[in-house]
Amino acid sequence: MSIGVKVLKRPERQVSYVRAALKGMALTFKHMFQPKVTMQYPEEKSTSDERGQYTISPRWRGTHRMLADEQGRTKCVACGLCPQICPANCIKLVPGEDEEGNRYPLIYEIDEFRCVFCGYCQEVCPEEAIHVGVHFENSEYSRDRFVYDLERLSSPEHSVSTLWDPTDPKGE
Amino acid sequence: MTAAYKGFLLLSIIKMIVIFTIVMIGVALLTLMERKVSAWMQNRRGPNRVGWAGLLQPAADGIKNIVKEETFPGEANLGIFTLAPAMAFIPALLLSAVIPWAAPLTVNWDANLPLLGAVSYHGSLTMALTDLPVGFLFVLAISSLGVYGIALAGWASNNKYSLLGGLRSSAQMVSYEVAMGMSLIPVLLLTGNVTFQQIIQSQQQGLWFVLPLFISFFIFLVSGFAETNRLPFDLPEAESELIAGYHTEYSAMKFSMFPISEYANMATVSAMVVTLFFGGWDIPFTSWDQNGGLLAMLATAVVMFLKVLSFLFFFMWIRWTLPRFRYDQLMALGWKVLLPLALVYIMVTAIAIWIIEQVGGVTDTRVKMFILFGLNLVLGYVVFFLMDRGHIMSGSYRASSNLDAGSRRARQAA
Repeated sequence: MSIGVKVLKRPERQVSYVRAALKGMALTFKHMFQPKVTMQYPEEKSTSDERGQYTISPRWRGTHRMLADEQGRTKCVACGLCPQICPANCIKLVPGEDEEGNRYPLIYEIDEFRCVFCGYCQEVCPEEAIHVGVHFENSEYSRDRFVYDLERLSSPEHSVSTLWDPTDPKGE
Repeated sequence: MTAAYKGFLLLSIIKMIVIFTIVMIGVALLTLMERKVSAWMQNRRGPNRVGWAGLLQPAADGIKNIVKEETFPGEANLGIFTLAPAMAFIPALLLSAVIPWAAPLTVNWDANLPLLGAVSYHGSLTMALTDLPVGFLFVLAISSLGVYGIALAGWASNNKYSLLGGLRSSAQMVSYEVAMGMSLIPVLLLTGNVTFQQIIQSQQQGLWFVLPLFISFFIFLVSGFAETNRLPFDLPEAESELIAGYHTEYSAMKFSMFPISEYANMATVSAMVVTLFFGGWDIPFTSWDQNGGLLAMLATAVVMFLKVLSFLFFFMWIRWTLPRFRYDQLMALGWKVLLPLALVYIMVTAIAIWIIEQVGGVTDTRVKMFILFGLNLVLGYVVFFLMDRGHIMSGSYRASSNLDAGSRRARQAA
């Protein structure tokens, strides 16, 4: 016998369908008066929940954000690491250089349809410029709106994802 | 046409419109109630977006169902396929015609109406659409017609799951009809009449029949669940086994007719239980509700409504509590438990009534019913405590032990 299967003998005496049914009914009746667990979505959101009942994880990887430095310039130096590592090949980057020799992205586009939200771009970024964010409401009326350009990546305000820390695997 | 005849016709038409409207709106709201109750029992909120607390949800569902596309399976028998929803729906609605929804109203009415001429009505106006002399026999007869709609829907779809659902429902409904009819014979014995009016009257004079005829009530309730195809007996639908059973191939309003007829059936069975075992429109511990006034009529209508509603809630409560029976358990329960129980109960009640009346010489109905109530306490203890320990309601155990014996024999032969 390869797999041990424990065969339970059905109880024959001291069982009662009627009593079991009544017990179950008492249970369901009790549940009618317990607090409801439904989140009323458009009014309550898991990203901005005051009561903390439905908060989503800070490690949630959603819509991208490009951060800016103190002068308001985008942090990206167009090093090309993120398009290199992106497994879905969804980042389009054309580097540019100004008179002082600072590199910056001429074009930086992320196709959110192709993106698999692995978060490698955030991990690999040496300047901590591109991030995945704690945000999930991306519906649009047309498909071409899902290619986010630099302006749309820089403008949102949602918080960025916390990366997994190998020294603190449970996030404590 | 005489004035009295015209008055009778006019009042009947008014009653018809009122009852039809109330039943249809009630059925629509029942779908909402079902979803709300199920939600509450699962710690959810239920529909609350359309209208205040979701009250317009049935209207939204109705509009959706009417606007949706009607699909027809390629190989279906189109005539019967189209007819079947109506055949399920009409008997369900017909039944609401004979149930007395309120106390009779004493009417003294003479009027001269335009187009109609002189109309008049004098005497007691029953609040059932029609007070048939055959009473609940009519209900039993018509409710068994409902099986045609479901069986034909399953057959005409030309789909094996639908056909299985239809076959299951016909077997199930035919089986439980027997127990249902038998469970009502003690009511007959105690009342001596099948009309709803007489049944309610004798409950007012004595006790509500749920006390002196408790086992009858129990059998009727269980068979009622099976007749309406509700959980735990929803094998014709059985979505985890048969997709959706007999209405797999239906769409749009034709599909919607099946739930509507199910809810209408539920309402009818609830009204039947209330009328036969819970005093109908009777307000307990009062007698002014029979004086025939308008106030008494309205008050009894409200009481009847509340009683029916509480049974509808009971139906939903059971549905969201109990899991579905296995098919052989369902058949075993119907034929091996409920039917013999009903037959034995008829004998016991008949003998008890004979002893009480002939030997004991008791003539007062209330005393008679109290004695029967005492007998039912004993019987209830025997049925639900002594016998319900793996002796009854466990078709599963017997079937599996037979199977064991069979396989043992097969092994010995090999």
